[in-house]
Amino acid sequence: MAVLTADRPKTAARAPKRPRRFSPVLLAFVLVPLVVEGFWVFWPALQGFYLALTNWDGVSAPTFVGAGNFAEMFSDDIFKTAALDTVIWLVLFGGLSAVGGLALATLLQKERRGVGFYRAALFTPVVFSLVATSLIWQVSYQPDGVVNKVLGAVGLGSWQHAWLADPKTALYAVLVPALWRQLGYVMVLYLAGLKGIDPALYEAAKLDGATAWQQFRNVTWPQLRSVNSVVLSVIIIDSLRSFDVIWSMTKGGPYHSSEVLSTYMYATAFQSLRLGYASALAVVIFVLAFGVIVTYLVRAFREDS
Amino acid sequence: MKTRTAGFHLLAGGLSVLWLLPILLVLTTSVRSFSDIASNGLGALPASFTLDGFGQAWGDGGGGHAMLNSLLVTIPTVLLALLLSSVAAFALSRYDIPFRRTIILVMLSGNLLPPQILLVPVAKLAELLGIYDTLTALIVVQVGFGLGFYTFVLQGFMRSIPGEIQQAALIDGAGVAQIFWRIILPMTRPALAALGALAFTWTFNDLLWSITVLRTGTVMPVTPALLGLQGQYVSNWNVIAAGSVIAAVPTVAVFLRFQKHFISGLAIGAIK
Repeated sequence: MAVLTADRPKTAARAPKRPRRFSPVLLAFVLVPLVVEGFWVFWPALQGFYLALTNWDGVSAPTFVGAGNFAEMFSDDIFKTAALDTVIWLVLFGGLSAVGGLALATLLQKERRGVGFYRAALFTPVVFSLVATSLIWQVSYQPDGVVNKVLGAVGLGSWQHAWLADPKTALYAVLVPALWRQLGYVMVLYLAGLKGIDPALYEAAKLDGATAWQQFRNVTWPQLRSVNSVVLSVIIIDSLRSFDVIWSMTKGGPYHSSEVLSTYMYATAFQSLRLGYASALAVVIFVLAFGVIVTYLVRAFREDS
Repeated sequence: MKTRTAGFHLLAGGLSVLWLLPILLVLTTSVRSFSDIASNGLGALPASFTLDGFGQAWGDGGGGHAMLNSLLVTIPTVLLALLLSSVAAFALSRYDIPFRRTIILVMLSGNLLPPQILLVPVAKLAELLGIYDTLTALIVVQVGFGLGFYTFVLQGFMRSIPGEIQQAALIDGAGVAQIFWRIILPMTRPALAALGALAFTWTFNDLLWSITVLRTGTVMPVTPALLGLQGQYVSNWNVIAAGSVIAAVPTVAVFLRFQKHFISGLAIGAIK
């Protein structure tokens, strides 16, 4: 949000004053979308929270079990793996895409010959679906694929691997395509942020004899504060939503080694048909995302006023 | 200075090549023949050129049919979502609707929810309404889920349109619907273009909602169908690669056509 509002004129005109009676058309303008969202988002969400407290196979009526589903998680090894992998994913996917995205943006910040092409190259994967992304990478990951071929060619033949079939490497093998696609996106966010920094600040820093690192440390970084918080929210929300890429590459396997909460939740719901337990897993994801959602809303509220 | 410029190009160029390499690899794999891949290996240099992979992915693999499904879902979803969100954004940004800020934030918060919490109830709701396993279900759920975000962005944009224009129209006797359709909506076009390009990509690329409300292979859009293709053509990598290329074409086309809008949209679309 901050990224765009930064360069939008601040002349937000106040809505014209009018009598407190609204035409039916206007009421419909607000109510119809609200009802649609209420019916397909808020109403199901409430049901989801309720279902988390039940056992349900989707056929017979749900039976109320209170916090039973949440208690079960403590003795569920797959849940523990999925929770741990979710944290690993948050740290690696989130951390690397933030640091990498900022590094790429700083590298490609200045308008110069060829920079448009470089940006476009790094950005291209963003428009692919995660399923297409995962298939693109599976071609390289196959035992006779390019990754192993290159390793063999540079004398690292002993590193050759069935990357997606080995429980030790599966999660990280999935992480690479996810990063490949996310980095360009974060780069665009940071490029927009860098563009908003007043060049005069750099001029002043240069006059004071600041080195490149000092300029970054004392000018760029503080100026990027609002972009950083946007990126942070994006990354956390995206990490918790990461489903497509894992589902299409490994389905959480082998032996749940690449299982994260979102894939485990989907499998529990639609393959094991344990709808109550799956809803409880969804609630855990919600709780993890809750802090970010609130922070985001608070900021949106503040900028909105 | 010379060496620094050369260093920059070496670094940025190297990264670009690294980034484009997987795409190049898929493109070359998609035009190789099955026997070439089988005998020389996936990682070998291509020794054949054929469009058979595309033929199979499009025909027997169901890619053509899936593409039709995708367009039947994506186009109505984008149009409906933008229409509904722009009327809501119009009313909430241009009139003193009571609790307008609360309404906007509640709508936005719906879009920030992790979709997982909605999956089971949405599937059951679709069954209850008798639309489970139909494209209609996919359209309505994607419209519902996207609305909050689109409304939030559009109302922010509409608020920056000066009030005088609306006043003048009001004096000329224009009604609410006319002011919306004739004055505010045309002025919102840049934002609509950005959101339209993004919404198209998001809807077209969706996997999770599709596999939640759809079950039969023949109604699947391209993205989930691609997963099916992978199961159907195990180790026919030319067909799978061709399928991925086909699946990427529409979003790449939209991106190229609306490049500027797309990028600026992403910068606002910071929460997706």
